[in-house]
Amino acid sequence: MTDQVDNNSLDRAAVIEIVVAGVREALVLASPEAETTELTEETRLIGAGAVLDSLGLVTAVLEIEQRLADEHDLVVVLADERAMSQKHSPFRSVGALTDYVLRLAAENTHA
Amino acid sequence: MPEAAVPVALVTGARKGIGRYLAEHLLARGYQVEGCSRGPADWEAEGYRHHELDVADEGAVKALFAEIQKRQGRLDVLVNNAGVASMNHVLLTPDATAARLLGTNFHGTFLMCREAAKVMRRRKYGRIVNVSTIAVPMQLEGESLYAASKGAVETFTRVFAREVADFGITCNIVGPTPIETDLIRNVPKDKIDGILQRLAIKRLGRFEDVANVIDFFVRPESDYVTGQVIYLGGVS
Repeated sequence: MTDQVDNNSLDRAAVIEIVVAGVREALVLASPEAETTELTEETRLIGAGAVLDSLGLVTAVLEIEQRLADEHDLVVVLADERAMSQKHSPFRSVGALTDYVLRLAAENTHA
Repeated sequence: MPEAAVPVALVTGARKGIGRYLAEHLLARGYQVEGCSRGPADWEAEGYRHHELDVADEGAVKALFAEIQKRQGRLDVLVNNAGVASMNHVLLTPDATAARLLGTNFHGTFLMCREAAKVMRRRKYGRIVNVSTIAVPMQLEGESLYAASKGAVETFTRVFAREVADFGITCNIVGPTPIETDLIRNVPKDKIDGILQRLAIKRLGRFEDVANVIDFFVRPESDYVTGQVIYLGGVS
């Protein structure tokens, strides 16, 4: 799902940074004091104990897609059919979403 | 990221007919206009850029919006005009025709709306206008699939309008009467005359009539108008 494959610089640390920035953007939009909320790989994005509500998740996903496109020329749809049908949603945590982005990026590189 | 100094509009189905008219109309109103269709445009103008793509192709649509975001840095207006029609008795309608109608008319509109909203939300501003038809409220015989595909667009638009309202984006619908375009070229004259007799204002539509409604929907002042349908010709 891309016309760009220039994502060689996309290592795990870079993706975590983008996912965290996207989630933080969504949190800050809802509540400015979220600027200092600690976000780790284990931070839950959906379900019990999640930091985001439904609109927040939409915002976070869009922010992450946008940053991947802007900073790495990686054009992906994160909420694709596979993601939405997985038993263990890739949106469940920062770490899971990071892994999913890396998987999509690898598939694009090899496409 | 650079941002165009003037507003940017995208018109689908801009190769000919009403799409081309709307693209030229928006150009005249000071927009930079991006247009698309499955084939190349046989016209050009300063401030206009044409893209060849199928609106129902997710990859192509994603790439289009990524390109617009990168080059223009903004998208203010989207007019989902691309559409195909098929006038036929439902018992004589091929399955492939059904798939094609729903693909371009509904699926294409969904993809364009989704991707446009992603770009528009960055500036918390956007105006989307989807094109429907009076065949929906008039339930015209011979247009079951065409009307159903546009009925799907109308329901989608109403829900979508609610979902993107928080992003400063409005989404409305204009429903034209028959207009002299390729879309009705093969419709018998007596059938068109029969439709016109059921309108409050008994004449064929004009491109200007459609542009007039779109002008209203895309005005910045129309920020309190969303999820609405305006049918032309006095149909309700």
